[in-house]
Amino acid sequence: MFLLGDEAVAQGAIDAGISGCYAYPGTPSTEIMEYVQASKTAQEGGIIREWSANEKTAMEAALGMSYGGKRAMVCMKHVGLNVAADPFINATITGVNGGLLVVVADDPSMHSSQNEQDSRYYGKFAQIPVLEPSSQQEAYNMVRVGFELSEKYGVPVLVRLVTRISHSRAAVVPEKPDRRKELKLPQNLKQFVLLPSIAKGRYRKLLSSQHVFEEDAAESAFNQLILSENATKGVVACGLAYNYMMENFPEGDFPFHMLKLSHYPVPEQLIRAIYERSEELVVLEEGYPFLEDVLVGLPAKDKPVHGRLDGTLPRDGELNPYLVGKALGLPLEEPRGIPAVTVPRPPTFCPGCGHVDVYKALNVAMEEYGPGRVFSDIGCYTLGALPPYNAINSCVDMGASVTMAVGAADAGLVPSVAVIGDSTFTHSGMTGLLDAVNKKSPVTVIISDNDATAMTGGQIPAGLGKIEQICLGLGVEKEHVRTIIPLRKNYGENVEVMKEEIKYKGVSVIVARRECVRILADRKKKAKAGSEK
Amino acid sequence: MKTDIVLAGVGGQGILSIAAAIGLAAVKENLYIKQSEIHGMSQKGGEVYSHLRLSDKPVYSDMIPLGQGDLILSVEPLESLRYLPFLKKEGWLVTNSKGYLNIPDYPEIETLVKEIEKIPNHLLVDADRIAREAGSLKAANMVMLGAAAPFIQVSEENLEDAIRTLFARKGEEVVEKNVKAFRAGMKEAGEVS
Ligand SMILES: Cc1ncc(C[n+]2csc(CCOP(=O)(O)OP(=O)(O)O)c2C)c(N)n1
Repeated sequence: MFLLGDEAVAQGAIDAGISGCYAYPGTPSTEIMEYVQASKTAQEGGIIREWSANEKTAMEAALGMSYGGKRAMVCMKHVGLNVAADPFINATITGVNGGLLVVVADDPSMHSSQNEQDSRYYGKFAQIPVLEPSSQQEAYNMVRVGFELSEKYGVPVLVRLVTRISHSRAAVVPEKPDRRKELKLPQNLKQFVLLPSIAKGRYRKLLSSQHVFEEDAAESAFNQLILSENATKGVVACGLAYNYMMENFPEGDFPFHMLKLSHYPVPEQLIRAIYERSEELVVLEEGYPFLEDVLVGLPAKDKPVHGRLDGTLPRDGELNPYLVGKALGLPLEEPRGIPAVTVPRPPTFCPGCGHVDVYKALNVAMEEYGPGRVFSDIGCYTLGALPPYNAINSCVDMGASVTMAVGAADAGLVPSVAVIGDSTFTHSGMTGLLDAVNKKSPVTVIISDNDATAMTGGQIPAGLGKIEQICLGLGVEKEHVRTIIPLRKNYGENVEVMKEEIKYKGVSVIVARRECVRILADRKKKAKAGSEK
Repeated sequence: MKTDIVLAGVGGQGILSIAAAIGLAAVKENLYIKQSEIHGMSQKGGEVYSHLRLSDKPVYSDMIPLGQGDLILSVEPLESLRYLPFLKKEGWLVTNSKGYLNIPDYPEIETLVKEIEKIPNHLLVDADRIAREAGSLKAANMVMLGAAAPFIQVSEENLEDAIRTLFARKGEEVVEKNVKAFRAGMKEAGEVS
């Protein structure tokens, strides 16, 4: 099979006999769920595989399936784990019944993200095993092993991917599938009740497992220590960085001691072994200087440790074979430069996109108040920040447009406006709208509803066809829930509706609904293909 | 034997189809392959690229090391320049000469051509014209694959077979248009180089 890293994870999970895959889309993790959704085996086996409203609901549903004794996987991008952090950390205290695998795809270099946080820290924070594949095959195998570890120790296991493994294809050889599990309640029906009296005991159990997690890591086939006869330098290569190192020594003839590290917690025994044999260490890791930080802080450190902290490697951004080769002191030729004429070509709105009509009208409706009052969110509509629109002043985390507008109105910025997509609204905007309603904030929330989670490829959004009802249910006054169609021919009318609602000194919602042009085109294409058959 | 290829273009120009065709052909020749793709943010009319690595030995890095690429195959001239740091000294730059003008500050095409001509091994192909003559402007990507075929170490027969497999779903007519475009591209490369 020729699979993306994401697809290898999905195939691994299907073969591990999962009964449910739970996820909210987010680059670079989206293709995991998409693969499970498209899989015939998954369909025939009745594997649950619908998108969740957000990462927290996905994590909790997966935990519920684990409670039922079945294997569950939950997938998200790195920032999604911030949203799901509460159930994630607490699931390490409840422990699991059926195996629970948490797959998180980091995005170093921020190709499609707001930050480049390193999920290994979450793994350490949660005090559970973390697996970090260096190849698509390893990704497949790690999912199988991850479920075994999860059930063996009764804790969730974290798999950390990065963009270049998620979105790169290579050959993967699958193994014999496991059977799916039967429904089976936890032996102790109070295991999942985290009252302090129970939680304390559960937490001690987690703590007492720490040394076995580490022993497992020390013996793991995913970690590999190679000590050479007369090397003086030691290299620790974590996850994908191992490939970048090997790329510089394709015949395997590297003149170093080498520790390939892909299974955490950091096994002290292996670290000590390479440290003692080396006169200096170079740490290669994708993301933050997670391991380097540990080594630099060793109490009896008497040897230099090089990496991202001492400038041997850049402090931010992803690694590549060239940077790694340089860090290892190889004489590499300077690559060619990029000619100065090569201007960037940033992403743009698709021709005919409804978000454009929203911004054209909004910019005019806001003219009388001056700039700096429009809070927005994450999705295709964030492109409204760029010229020629320059229409929005924030994009922070999913749902923040609504609540930041509320806070800004509290600070005296009246009127304040929020622009949010439909999927983002049901992800995390609804609760903020309830806050606004309860305090009668003078804010206008424009829900730019394209009937899709477009930015990540057009997944079906959780609130499809329910947006107005949700707003009414949260208590927005009926006269101030307005629906418009963002088309050029309605421009004048839309400006008027916006002006009216922005003037209103309470909560108003404008639902600007028109289907995403891409989804529409795809639908037409499919219909045409269907009618031809 | 190895061929490291950077595929470049603008979102929607079909570089992943080129990658898929080369990938299929390489599988037939039992080569090791790694292919990294761009998904997400930059797909929307922005710059897109894919790294395709073929070798008779296992491939480690998913990304081509800087300065070691054998070929830049670009469906757009401005995009062809963006990945020059990946091209090795004797590497080939094969690009469509027709620009995709969706940004206000798109450089003069003469300036781009001048930069492209600075690369000793370059091939400029009017893929849009050739594709139109071959019957489908949409197949400009396959013209470019044809033009680059001599620099990719898989056989032309296997590439053509791969195109047939790839488009089979879309019917005989689409297959033939794409094969015709591929052959026209190959002919162009033969005449120029
Ligand atoms: C916590 C979190 N989860 C997921 C994402 C990835 N993400 C960015 S935009 C987006 C889709 C937004 O959809 P919608 O609000 O409907 O706007 P559209 O793209 O359709 O305009 C997603 C899922 C993210 N940035 N943060």
